Parts: sequence; C-alpha cells; structure tokens
Amino acid sequence: MGTTASKLGKDLLSEYQSNPFRERICHVFSTSEDKDGSLTFEDFLDLLSAFSDSATLEIKSHYAFRIFDFDDDGTLDRGDLEKLVNCLTGETDDTRLTPEEMRQLISNILEESDIDKDGTVNLSEFQHVISRSPDFVSSFKIVL
Amino acid sequence: MALNHTFDLNHPLLEAGLESPVNEDTVHDSFSQLIAEQSDNEGLSDAFELQQLQRDLDEEGQDNVVRLSRRRHDDRDRRKHQRNEEWEDDERQTDTLMGEQWSSDTLKVLSSMPSRTIGRSRGAIISQYYNRTMQLRRRRQSRPSIRDFSRSARPSIRGYGIEADITDAEGVEVSKRDRLVNNLQNLSVSDRVRMLRAMPLSVAEKSELRRLALQKERHSHSGRRIPCCSQLKYYIIIALRHSWYSWLSFLHSLQLWQVALKRVSGRFGTAVLSYFLFLKTLLFFNLLLFLVTGVFLVLPQAVHPPLLLDGRRRFSGLELLTGAGYFSDTVMYYGYYCNYTLHRSCRDNGGEPNMSVSNGTRLDCVLGHLSYKMPLAYFFTIGVAFFITCIILVYSMSKSFGQSFTIDKSHSILAMKVFCSWDFKVIKKTSVKLMSENIFIQLKELLAEVSYKSVQNTTCQKLGRLMVHGLAWAICIANTAACVFGVCRFSEYMHQNLQQSSRADLAAKNPLLNEASLLAVPVLVSLINLLLPGLFNLAAWMEDYDSPSVPTYVSISRNLMLKVSVLAVLCYHWLGRVAADPESIGLTCWETFVGQELYRFLLMDFIFILLDTLFGEFLWRLFSEKVLKRRRKPVFDIARNVLELIYGQTLAWLGVLFTPLLPAVQILKLFLLFYIKKSSVMMNCQAPRKPYRVSQMTTIFITLLCFPSFLGASVCVTYTMWSITPSTSCGPFRELKTMFQAGKRWVEELQKDNPNLSALAMAHAYLVENPLFLFVGAGIFLIVIYFHSQVVDGQRKIINLLQEHIENEGEDKKFLITRLQFIHEQNRTHTRRVKSQDSSC
Repeated sequence: MGTTASKLGKDLLSEYQSNPFRERICHVFSTSEDKDGSLTFEDFLDLLSAFSDSATLEIKSHYAFRIFDFDDDGTLDRGDLEKLVNCLTGETDDTRLTPEEMRQLISNILEESDIDKDGTVNLSEFQHVISRSPDFVSSFKIVL
Repeated sequence: MALNHTFDLNHPLLEAGLESPVNEDTVHDSFSQLIAEQSDNEGLSDAFELQQLQRDLDEEGQDNVVRLSRRRHDDRDRRKHQRNEEWEDDERQTDTLMGEQWSSDTLKVLSSMPSRTIGRSRGAIISQYYNRTMQLRRRRQSRPSIRDFSRSARPSIRGYGIEADITDAEGVEVSKRDRLVNNLQNLSVSDRVRMLRAMPLSVAEKSELRRLALQKERHSHSGRRIPCCSQLKYYIIIALRHSWYSWLSFLHSLQLWQVALKRVSGRFGTAVLSYFLFLKTLLFFNLLLFLVTGVFLVLPQAVHPPLLLDGRRRFSGLELLTGAGYFSDTVMYYGYYCNYTLHRSCRDNGGEPNMSVSNGTRLDCVLGHLSYKMPLAYFFTIGVAFFITCIILVYSMSKSFGQSFTIDKSHSILAMKVFCSWDFKVIKKTSVKLMSENIFIQLKELLAEVSYKSVQNTTCQKLGRLMVHGLAWAICIANTAACVFGVCRFSEYMHQNLQQSSRADLAAKNPLLNEASLLAVPVLVSLINLLLPGLFNLAAWMEDYDSPSVPTYVSISRNLMLKVSVLAVLCYHWLGRVAADPESIGLTCWETFVGQELYRFLLMDFIFILLDTLFGEFLWRLFSEKVLKRRRKPVFDIARNVLELIYGQTLAWLGVLFTPLLPAVQILKLFLLFYIKKSSVMMNCQAPRKPYRVSQMTTIFITLLCFPSFLGASVCVTYTMWSITPSTSCGPFRELKTMFQAGKRWVEELQKDNPNLSALAMAHAYLVENPLFLFVGAGIFLIVIYFHSQVVDGQRKIINLLQEHIENEGEDKKFLITRLQFIHEQNRTHTRRVKSQDSSC
C-alpha cells in the first residue's frame, strides 16, 4: 500500500469500476485538500470499516446518506433524489424513467419519508426509513 | 428544535411563561402578546442586524465544519425577528420550503439549521454523541449528579446537555470534545467501546478520543494508591481481553469458503449468497453433532470392539449405496454398540479387554477406575446433542427474527426501494447492469401499483380469481395426496416382499438383488421430491397475485406440505410397521435396518440433487439458449433449493439415534454439494428477477428448520426412546423395556448407593419423566411472547404520536422561515426606499 503519505486515486479502485456510486464513495471518504477524490491509507481504512460486517446501522446509514447527498448540502432534495434514481437505474437510455415517472416517483418518496414536510429528506428522516428495512445492513457491505 | 436552544431570559414575560412548562398554553399566549406589543416598534436596527448576519455568514465560506456559536447567533436573531412581526399577517404562507424566491440569507440560514448540519459536520456529531453518552450515564446511575445539569430554563429540556451560552467561538468545539471524553471515561469499558464503535467519525478521530479517554483514566488511577492484588487483577483482565480479541480475529481469518462466497456474491448479490450461507450454517450444525457423537459414542466403542457372533460379511461395492452388508456390523450403526460397561484393560489380564455384563456390577482394576457405561452414554449423548442443537436453533431463530422484524407496517415502499435496494456486494460489470435493469423494472412496477391502486376489481373478476386459486390448490393437494398414498402402498408392498423372501429364505439365493431392491422406496421418494415441485410451479403459473412476495410463500408452503407428509408416512412405516414386528422380515436388529434406510434416503437425495443440477440447470440452460433462443439464463430458484437442504437435514436428525455416524455422511454431502452448486450457479444461472427480501426469507428458512424439521425429528426420536421396545439381541439397550429405562436405572442405582442423592432422583422423576414440565414450560413461553407483542403494539402507537409531533414541528419551522423571508423582503424594500429617498434629497 505504500507509506501513509501515498494516495490511491479513484481510478485505481478496480473492483468498483462498475459501481455507479464509485465517485461519490471516493469523494465522501477522501480527506485530501485537492478534492480529487483520492484516498490515503487511513481513508481507505475508514471506507472498509464503514462497509464492514461489524459497522452498526447508525454508521452505515450516516455514510449512505452522505453518499447519496450529491450536492453535499446536508439534505436530500429533489435534485439529489433524481440523480440517485438515475444512478440506480443505469446509464443506458432504455433503462431511464420518463420525466413524468421520475416526478411522480420523487413526489411519492418525499411524501413517504419527509416527515416534517420541508421538501427535503434530512439525516434523521433517512435513518427512520432505513431502520424499517432489514435488508439495508446486508446490502451495504463490501467483502474484501 | 427542542435541543440545542438557548432562550433569552431577559424578557420578564418570556421568563414567566417558561417557568411553568406544564401549562404550555401560557407560553404561546405570552408569545402572541409579546408579538402584538412589539409589532409597533419597527426599528431600522433589524436591517442592520440582518446585514451583520450576512457579513458573518459571508466570512465563513464553504467550510464543512459549522461553528456552534454561529448557530446560536442565528437562533437568537431569528427569534428577535419573530417578535417584531405581526401575528395576523398570514398571506405569504407556502406549503413547502422549496421556493426559489428565497433570498441568499434565508438559504444560508436554512442550510445551517441543526437538522441539516447533523449529516455533515463533525462538531454536530460530537455534540450528538455527547448527549447520548450523557443519557447512557444517567441510565446507568440511579440519580444523576447535580453538577451535570446546566442552568437552562425549561425543566423539560434540563439535563439534555444544554449549556449556558458560550460566546467563545474557538473554544466551543474543543470543550465539547473534552466533555465527550469526560463522559466516555465515566462509562464502563464495554459501554465505551460500543459508543466509540457507533460513532460515524473517521478512524483517526476515534482513536484520538479513545487515547484521550484512556489517558485521563490512567492519570486519575495513578493518583490513588491501588493495592497490589487489585492491580494484578486489572492486568489479568486486560490480558484476557486482549487474548479474547486476538482469538476472535484469528477465528475470523479462518473463514471457510471465503473466496468462493465472495465470488458468488460479486456475481449474484445477497439473495443467492443467502442459500450458500444457509448451507454453511447447516454444515456447522452437523459438525457439532458429529463431534458430540464421535467423541462420546464412536470413539469409545471403536477402541473397545465387541466380539462378533457371526463373521463379518465381505465388502462388495453395493455397500456404499445401500449401507448394508459390510457396514452393518461396524461402528456406523446402532447394532454394533454394546450394552455393558467398557473398561480399561487391567494389567494382570495381559491386555485383553475385560468385559462384564451389566446389572450394576463393576470390576475394579488395579490401575485405576475408568469405566464407561455404554447404554447411559448413548442415551445421554443423544439427549444432550439434541438439547444443544435446540438451544442454538432457537437462539439463531430469535436473533434473525429480531433483525428482520419491523414495527411499522411498510407505508414507505418506494422510499425503501430507492434507498436500500442497491447491493454493494456486486462487482461484476454485467451483474451490475443486470441489477440496474431489475431495479428499473421493479420501480416501474411499484409506481404503477401505487398510482393505480384505486382500481377495483369487479365481483366477477374476484370470483374468477378465487376459482383459479382454488383450482390450483386442489391440483396441488390432490397430487400430493396421490403421491403420499403411492409411497405408502409401495412401501407396504416392499415390506410384504421382504416378509415373503425371509420366510422362503430367498435371501441365500440372490443377496445382491435383494439388497438392491431396498433402494426402490428411496428412489421413488426422491423422484417425487424432484418432479412434484415442477408441477407446483406450473400450477402457480396460471394464478395471478397482487403482491410479488405472495407467490413465493405459496410455493414454499406447497413444497413444505409435500415433504412433511412424505416424511410422516415414512416415519409411520419405520416406527409403526418395522419396529412393531421386526421378526416378520427376518430382522434381528430393527434399529440397524432403520438406520440403513435413512442412510439410503440421504444418499438417494444427494444423487437426485446432482441429477437435478445436471438436467434442471445445465441442460435447461443449453436448451433455452440454443433452442428457445432466450437471452437470459434460467433463474436460480432459491426457495426450492433451501427446502431440499432442510429435508436432507431432517433425515440426518432422524437418523442420529440409529446411525451415530450419519452426521459425518451429511457433512460430506454438504461439502460436495457446495462446490457442485457453486459451479452450476456460476455457469448456468442468473440472479432472481423478482425482488427477494433476504432477511425475511432467511428468517423463514431458519424457522422452518426449527419448527417442522427439528421439532418433528425430536418428536420422533423422543417417541422412539419413550415407547418403542428396543431389539433384544443388539444395541446398547437390549434387555430393557424402553431406551428410557437406561437413564432411570442409573438414577435408581445412584439412589441405592448413595441415599443423599435422592433429591437428584426426585428431580429426575419430576422434571424428565413428567410431561407436565413441558406444558408449564410452553405456557411460560407463550406468556412471554404475549407480553412482548403488547410492548410492540405500544411502541407502534408511540411512533405514530411522535410522527405527528414532528409534523407539527415542521409546520412551525415552515412558518418561521416564511416569516423570516417576509421580514427580510420588507426591510429590503424599506432600506431601498430610504436609500432612494436619501439619494433623491
């Protein structure tokens, strides 16, 4: 791995080349000042620790929230949710939702999860949704 | 909104209202009076304050770490604006806070609200965890110390870690961290470790916190003079804990099949992985069983082989299939075990094994007293093995149930689908694309379902669907009944065949053919297990269900019905027919025969799974690709495969009493099955298209393993031990009326030898022999379940109440933000007007 001063560029994480969230994951865990998404060894450890078996639901939901928050403003607003759904459904055109469906989907999501009705999903609301899904912990895992 | 607020205590009215929180109405009343009074004073000072705020905010820049003092600044300013508004001016209420007309100041204020900064600022995380450690400490102590409370006003928020207003911006975060470290020190070690582990900070920061906490502790410890022995105890405890952690990490590194499982999960995701994890779990159960029976039964008997009356038969290849022949007189079966006490060979006998018949007489050797009562050992080993398995099963079942149980019935299907459905384990590019496609299709289906939920089926349609369901169930039940009846008749026919051949002594003429004919019933049963689920799938194809998870449950229940009824018939055949009259088929040892039958069934099950993998998966994939020209590979049917595993395990549990080495056979079978299934899945299958809820399914499978499977096996074994007469010429329980007598006799002997142990005898008589104990235990169990369900109901109600409360708070927030914006707009036009007036003059 080199010394602690060496950095791992995000294109070198070959295992996750096909993961649509790879850029966000690198960005969230990176502590470099250049904001280029490169990871030091400690950052890589943090990444593995958050995605490991023994991380609690709290930690996983916290990092999942930060990964899904594409504009880094602390909440998931409509733009974040739209980008999230596009990442999930894939890059190709035939697997994208129509704008009408997207709007309906996002309205439904906000209706279901936005408890204080401020138009965005904040961390507590996100954790509330996550806590009701028992599959989250097993799917938010990277096995080394 | 209730936490992290400071209230300006200067205003007398406000103070009066806040000191009586019981009567919340007075607070609001005083508020409105305040606003009504102050609405006359409309000073320019507010505009200047807002500009000051803007300047402060501009200086901040795009920094991720939010200063806590700035938050307090904002709150105080916001509240000052509130007081200057008119209460009746409601015109600018908007429904959501997403208006684009917000000024940049409003947006900045919005972005620094506590609910939005928790997710991204380190200071917020530290303060949140400070509150949590405070709560934990309070819970651990009976009465919290007064000095932990701050001088905050509202009693209802007192003690939530609210401090007096600190204006020192630099020192706030550091002191917060110090206080957190202080709290961590005062917790017990396990609590501290758990708190640290749960904090979503980076590893470097967590280790820093831990170091600080330990350092202070060491300082405070070295201050006092600790006596020698407790320091030694302290070091021993630390050393033990270190060695325990290193042992755990060593165990973790020894993971079986880690690379293979990673490859499977990388290609197919968590759903298919759950099948292989279930297989691994079963392997460990069998390993445990094998260890227990191996050490306590097989090993002693293998070391002290009994004298055989007949010579041992020759080894022909057929034994591996039928389990009979050469294997009949080995340690594999019940019949080999002796019913006397085994002794270590004594020196004066020149090394020959010393044997004595039971009835309590024991020969004492000069060397020492190592006797091993075989009947007792057999009885207690089987009992203890089943008991341990039961405990482990119930524990894993309750743990799995706790993980997958959700209090709220899901209203939020779409949100959960979007937030939780991405499986990060999948690595392969094609699988990722496939997963994206699956998610796309599922989202489309869910959207369609949600939007067109109001479509009502006409009564005619409902009736039609009901009829189709009824028809499908009728087909399945009829086929199951027919097959079960067929198995019953066929086994009876084979039984009669055996009776005839034993009477006519045809066995001497063609022993191999006779032994091969014993394979007929297992082959039939395995064939039924293979073909009938296909029929159930066909029947399910014509049915139409509302929700996607119901077909899975229906198919599981149909398969379960088939397997349970087949096993029930077989048990009746063995225990009711064979055990009742073993002489008629020429058996001297019916237990060995039953053991062999179970071995044959297990083996045939394995062979047919292999055939199914070959034809069902490999050839079907070739067929669908080349002939049907389908793009996709066949789907791996997880539920069916897991049920087959459960069936095999039931056979293994049924057979432990009669064949102590059966767990070893099962271990071998599972080991081979893992590799075969893995290679087949990688080559021939793809992940399931329909949404598969992994935790729920895993819970169901563990429950099925516990309840029909293990419970049925233990009921059979208990019935055998309790009521059926063991054969008189073989096995460790010959000459006893039931197997249970072995334990009873031992207790009586103990009582005779040592009258002080009569308490043990009484306990044995009342607890083990009396079925009342079981009823009482079951009753207590049910009461505990009832209490827990009531608690869950109460929690559900509380969740609804809290949700309403949060909605109301949200309304408050909306109101305040719109007011802020309104005031800002007013002041801006006011200042512009003033400026234009000034400039015009």
